[in-house]
Parts: sequence; C-alpha cells; structure tokens
Amino acid sequence: MKFILSIILVALVTFAVGIYGNLPWWSFVITNLIIAIALPIKPIQSFVAGALGVGALWAGLAFGIDLANNHILSTKVAQILPLGGSYIALILVTAFVGALLGGLASLTGSFVRKPA
Amino acid sequence: MRILPFLVSATVTAGLVFTLNIQLKLGATKAPRLGYFLSPQHGFWKNAEKVNTNFDASILANDLKGDVDVYMDDRLVPHIYADHDEDAYYVQGYLHAKYRFWQMDFQTRVAAGRLSEVAGADKLSIDRFFRRLGMVYGAEKTETYINENNPVMKATVDAYTAGVNAYLDQMAPEDMPFEYKLMNFEPEKWTPKKTYLFLMFMSYDLTGRSASADLQLTNTRDYLGYDLFDKLYTNQQDSLDPIIPKGTAYAEPSIIPVKPASSDIAYLKKEANVDIAKVVETPEAPDPNNGSNNWAVSGTMTKSGRPIVCSDPHLGLNLPSLWYEVQITTPTHSTYGASFPGSPAVIIGFNDSLAWGVTNAGRDVLDYYELKFKDTTQNEYWYNGAWKAVTKRVEVIKVKDSADVVENIAMSHWGPVMFDAAYQNPQSKGRTLAVKWTAHNPSTGVETFYQLNRAKNIDDYSKAIQLWKCPGQNFVVATKSGDIAIKQQGDFVARWDRQGDFIMPGEDSSYDWQGIIPFEENPMIKNPERGFVSSANQKSTDASYPYYLGTASSFPLYRGISVNKQLATMSQVTAQDMQALQANNYNVFAEQARPALMKFIEMNRLSKDAQRMVQTMSQWNLYNHPSEKGITIFKLIWDSVESAVWSDELAGSAIPLTKPEAFVLLEQMNRDTIFTVADDIRTKNKVESLKDQVLIGIEKATLKCLELEKENKLSWEAYKATRVMHLTKIPALSRLNLPIGGGVNIINATGENHGPSWRMVVHLTDEIEAYGLYPGGQSGNPGSPYYDSFVDYWAAGKYYRLLFLPKEKLKLHERTKWHIQFKKTAA
Repeated sequence: MKFILSIILVALVTFAVGIYGNLPWWSFVITNLIIAIALPIKPIQSFVAGALGVGALWAGLAFGIDLANNHILSTKVAQILPLGGSYIALILVTAFVGALLGGLASLTGSFVRKPA
Repeated sequence: MRILPFLVSATVTAGLVFTLNIQLKLGATKAPRLGYFLSPQHGFWKNAEKVNTNFDASILANDLKGDVDVYMDDRLVPHIYADHDEDAYYVQGYLHAKYRFWQMDFQTRVAAGRLSEVAGADKLSIDRFFRRLGMVYGAEKTETYINENNPVMKATVDAYTAGVNAYLDQMAPEDMPFEYKLMNFEPEKWTPKKTYLFLMFMSYDLTGRSASADLQLTNTRDYLGYDLFDKLYTNQQDSLDPIIPKGTAYAEPSIIPVKPASSDIAYLKKEANVDIAKVVETPEAPDPNNGSNNWAVSGTMTKSGRPIVCSDPHLGLNLPSLWYEVQITTPTHSTYGASFPGSPAVIIGFNDSLAWGVTNAGRDVLDYYELKFKDTTQNEYWYNGAWKAVTKRVEVIKVKDSADVVENIAMSHWGPVMFDAAYQNPQSKGRTLAVKWTAHNPSTGVETFYQLNRAKNIDDYSKAIQLWKCPGQNFVVATKSGDIAIKQQGDFVARWDRQGDFIMPGEDSSYDWQGIIPFEENPMIKNPERGFVSSANQKSTDASYPYYLGTASSFPLYRGISVNKQLATMSQVTAQDMQALQANNYNVFAEQARPALMKFIEMNRLSKDAQRMVQTMSQWNLYNHPSEKGITIFKLIWDSVESAVWSDELAGSAIPLTKPEAFVLLEQMNRDTIFTVADDIRTKNKVESLKDQVLIGIEKATLKCLELEKENKLSWEAYKATRVMHLTKIPALSRLNLPIGGGVNIINATGENHGPSWRMVVHLTDEIEAYGLYPGGQSGNPGSPYYDSFVDYWAAGKYYRLLFLPKEKLKLHERTKWHIQFKKTAA
C-alpha cells in the first residue's frame, strides 16, 4: 500500500514543484528524498517507486506534448542529441533520465529510516 | 539509519544531478544541460507548441496610452490597430519579442562583439573584429544623436523597447525560447542601443565587404603590379545597363574631388616593388551577392493602368528569418510589409498611397588608411609632417569560462585603428590600419522608414529618403496617383578615380574624403518614357556621371541586364506577370558566355565524355530550372576555364587572391583581343592559346560532372542544394535541399544559402492588391508549425495575397483567426 502511495505521491509532488519554472529542474530529487523518509519502505521498493513516479510522469508529459505538436520539435531535437531523429527514442531517453534520478533520490531517502 | 548505503546513494545521486546540470561535450560543440533540457516542465518540451494553438490573448500593459487591438491572420501575421503611434510600436516590440526574441538578442550580441560571452573563446576573433571595426562606437554615436536631436524617433524607439521588455517581464522561465535552452544562456533586456546595433549590423552586411575587399585588392595589386591589376580588375563594363539609362545628362558636380599629386607613387604604387611579404589572408566577409532586385512599372505598361512595385532583397537565407510581416494602423497612417525584429516600423512595404522597395547601392563607403605610430605605446601617429595624438577607446569583451579580454582601440582622426600591434589578424600583418566608414556617423535611418510608412506622394518619399545615410540603397517607389521613381541614396563619398579601392596613405590629409555628394546630385529617375524604373545592384550610372562609383566587382552586371530586357518587352502587365518575373530563371550571362565559349572549343580534341558534356550544355535552354543539367555543366566548365586562365597569374601568391570578375574574361573573349593573360606564364617556351586553356578547363570540369552524374547530382537543384540555415547553423533546425532554380546572375537570385529573402509585388489599385512572402515563418520557435511555414511555397515561386484592410473589415475576414487585446491598466 505504501509502495503504491509512494509512486502516486512522487508523481504528484514532482509535477507540483515543476509548475514553477523558477525552481530548479532537479527539485524533485529533494522531494523524492523527503517522501522516501516520510513513507519508509524497502530500498528496492523505494527505488522502483521513485523511478516509476518520475519516469511515468516525464514519459506521460513528453508523450502528450509531442502528440499535440505532431512531433515537430522532437524530430529535430532527436537529430541534435543524436537519436537518429526518432521521437520515440527521445521520449524514452527523457523518461529514463527522470526515472534514474527519481529512483536514486528515493533510494537515498530509504536508507534514513527502517521500514516499520 | 544505514550510514554507508546512504552516503553511497547520496553521492551517486548528487553526482548524477551535477552531471546532468552541466554542459557536456558533444563532438566539437557542447551539449545542453541534459537534465534541464529534457525535463518536460522546464526544458525543450515546453517549446513544442500545440499545432492547433489558440493565439487569443488579453494583455494588461501600464505603459500604453490607450487600448490596442491585434488581429492575427491564418499565417500568424499581426494586424495592429492602435489609437496612438507610440502604442503601435510598443505592440510591435511586444510581438517581435514574443515570436522572435532569441534572434533579436543573438544578432545584436554578434553586432556588439559579445558572441564569446555566450559561445566561449572560440568566437573571440569575431568579437574583436566587430569591436575594432567600430560597431559599438557607431551605435553609441547614433544613440546619443537621436537622444539629443530627435524626440520623435527617441519616443518611437523607447516605446518599441518598452514593448519588447514588457513581453520579457511576463515570460515564464520555462517559456524561454528553445535556443537559450540549447546553448545555455539567458535572455537579456532590450535597450534602444540594441536597435541601433542591429541597424549597424545591416550596414555591415551591406557595405562591410570593403573591410576585406580593400585589403584583398591591395594585396592583389601589390602582387601583380598596378598595370596588370588594372587590366584584370578593370572597371570598364562594356555590357552595362545602368539604373539610370545610358545617355542621361548629369548636372555639373558641386564637388570636384582632386587626386593628390603623389597618388601614382604613394597610393596606386605604379612604380613600387612588389612586396609579397605583406600579402596575407582576409577575414570572413559579407556575401558578395548581398544585393537585390526592385522595379516599378507605370500605368502605361499595366493592364489596370495603375503602377506595380516589386522588391526582393537578396540576403543570407536564415531561420528564423530576418523579416517579420506586420500591418500597423493608427490614425496617422496605415502600412504593411516586412519589418526587422529589432527595429520599429515597416522596412519594405506599402501604405494607403504608395509602395516602396530597396536594393543595395554597392557604393564604397569604407576605407582604410595606413598609419605610422611613433612607438609601441601607439599614442602618436605621423600626420601632415607632425606627430598627432590618439585617444584610446577601451572595450571589454567578456568570455564564457575564461578571463575578460580588453581592447584598447586607438582612435585616430580617420576613425578607429582596426589593425595594429595588438590585433594580429593575419591578413593585415605588417600594417597599421585605421578605418573610416560612413556607418560610424550618427544615423537617422529609422526615421526614413518611419516617414516612408506615412508618405503620401513622391515629395514625402523624397523627404524620407533624404535622411538615409548608410548603407546606400536604391529606393524604388510608385504611388496610387501614378508616379514611379527610383533614387540611389545614402552618404556617398565624392571620390576621384580609384580613391579608396586600396589602402590609402594615412599620413597625408590630401587623401581624405573631400566631401559627401549632395542629395540633389545622387542619381534619380522619375516617370521615364520607357515606363519602368529598376535596379539590380549594377552601377547606377554610365561613365558620364561626374563621381567615381567604386570598383566593378561591387556591381553585378547581368541581373540588371536581364530585368531591363524582360521589362522592355512587356505590356498589359498584371501582378501575376510580376510574380513570374521575380521567379524568372533565365540566364543572360550564359546567353552571352556560352557562344563565346563555344567559339574556342575544338570538339575533335576533347575526350568522349567531355564531348557528351559539351553537347548537353549546348542543347540547354538557358534557364536555371531545378531539373536542368546543362546549367550545372555550364557552370563547372566556365569556372574551370576561368581557373585555367587566371591560376598562373594568381597561383604564386602566398594567399589565395580573388579571381577577376566573370565579365572580364567574357568581355575579353567577345572583344576578340589578343589575350595576353591566357598564356600560362609557368610554361616556358610555349604560348598557350585560349583554345588550349578552354580544352584544359573542359576536361577538368568533365571529371567533376561524371562524379556528380554517378551520385545523381547533376541536376541544378541537386547540385545547388539550396538551404535556409538556422542562425546557429544546426542542420536539424534548417531546411535543406530545397527544389528551387535560379542562381547568381539570375533574376531569381537563389544561391546555396542566399537569395530573395522577401518577395513583394504591390499593385497600386484603389484597394491595394499586394502579394508577398519570405522563406521562413512568422514564429522563430523551431517547435512551432509557423517556424518554416512559407518555405515550400517560396521555393515553388508561389505568393500569398497580403491582407491589408481597415479594422472593421479585417476583424470579420475569413482568414482572420485570433485576437490579442492590449488593455491599458488604470494608473
């Protein structure tokens, strides 16, 4: 239950701190850490929750934006980065970066308290 | 708490945040800060605009005098309706910023010599070049002059600036333009000085070629000696069809420039020893093809009985485009056309009463003077037999990730000392050179456009352009009442023959400019009998004009011949005929050069492949259409023959010298004169005839043709591969390999990355019938469908009908899509 709750909370809070563009892009690292401390679960679970929460959010946001944009920008960026011009690869890379960092942040937090 | 795992995990997390938050190396360039760039709430994803975005908006602004309504049409062109002129410019600034701010910021940083501040030490040489050329110096002088003498322009530029900054103030950080995120720098507030810097950049783009050409010509003259130089780089153009028709009589000049007595030896160096040590490299220069076409046909030539104005400025083809379409309507005037993001008002366009367009005059307004400093402090230089003190201008260049660079620029009475001991640009080694340039003088150029936007008749037009100083332009105009005219206007130096073609002696005041040609004496023609006026960057007059115009290499010859030839045969002209003429691909140079070349071709001495290529070339229809192969072969053969003819004269130089203009070889061939330079001076005991050189040239070109044929790239469009490049030169943000014909010497002057940057046709009927487009789109955002929405249409030679209507009609027009309201907030 706490695992599911963690995923949802991570996604919601990550989204919330991202609304204000003046906050740094990595603000969710801090909030994931705090969530992991507040809701202690096993480190493995915590990593997966953080990764899924941020990864799914970023994938979802990027996918939605890209669809509404007819892939105009993603196709260009995927040539610059370089990902062979594939917007799918770009969405996956976006999700992966978010997931990796989100997971690591939550993992770090999970070491602070033992799960009850 | 599990300390060790915590510490390990925390370190890895922090390390990853750090790595994703800095710019990593990506090949030769730097990647964006990846974490930031990819974050869907911060980075580039935020710039991916919905394809069906609703641009309706309501904006509160406390700097306005009244409310302003903007209607956006289906091409995202804003139609601004304001009750006060200043409010209109405020909103123009706001919209330029909203759709084009990155390019405004970037271009003015380049002009100000501040590129290394955002792009790093690699760009330092470009910054130093612009600083020492006096770009900031000139902009500051204009700003001071306008602030002190011209309250109306000051108010205009101030209102524009306030509008730009109003947008920036309310822009959310995540909505920052894409390129800032990619290159990792931040927008900077607009200032009036930036507007003047932008206009300085246009002066550089259109007259700055002399900054390298004068050095190049001097180097070439030093290498060849004056007599051979004068033969190869002749100023005589037999086939010239000037802007003002041949045979026109000119008034007695009010200034008679006197050539200094010492000039043969001290300046032209007719008897000097050739000094190869000084022959060095040249810096990057503005495109020699920066030019344009414009013309007006009178009612006697048109089907409607009303004049038509056409203008297509040829500039670098970039995304975001240099141009932004706009309609501005206030109680004082109503105008439509192409504007510069970075400047208020419409630059090329029309109003209720008339239409105007510009082409570059090509006149030389930038000279170098060679100085001798007393010692290495560079505080005094030799002038008129005495040591004269300089002042020092200090400019600090900030460099990203590196220490500041300070330029101490000596200011002589000629102007800034551009090349000296501190600035070791390889091309000027051994020389200390001051630069004198009309763009250093205060400019009221903005007011020219401000007044043209409001002009009602030829008198108003004349008053408006009288204010124009730099870069010299050919202003074409036609009015609803039926007048047509063209005038070459700018601050032009009253020169003696060849004055300023080369570096001039700086120790002698007799080499100074002896005056600026008065407005009345600048070439003009109004309502000529032939029913049209035109210009295509050729010389404005024949040799009977009393002032020296400059070197022939500044004046392309063939496009003008083509325009005039076509116009002379036309009658019952419609706007559609004029569109077709702007897109005309006929090659008048090849029409003359191909038969001249064929005279010297001995088919039986050619290889099989070469014969086949010559055959294809000789059967070519002389149109530079996209699918033609004949033009590609012709171009390669001509270039190759030219190299064969000139290479021996120029090849011994330590640096590559510019080859003579194409017309020189062609006119020599046509004159059938004994062609001394055709002999290859490297082969002793053998005199090559031109026939031999042609043979060598064709065989060489054939190899290239066969290579292209194999790659399926012999068609003109594939060979030329026209592209519209993003300002950062990133291919993914550019449009490549466009299917379009044209080229150098062609009315459709589309080259590889250069060509008609705004095509406009205005038929001055009661309700104005106007067409136009540019190869770009109204949005500068690469993530917007409006980023490059005109490009395909442009390549196809098609046009949009421009909506120019009063508010009540436009509001209800079927093509009007969105409404942006600017509301004045209560004080």
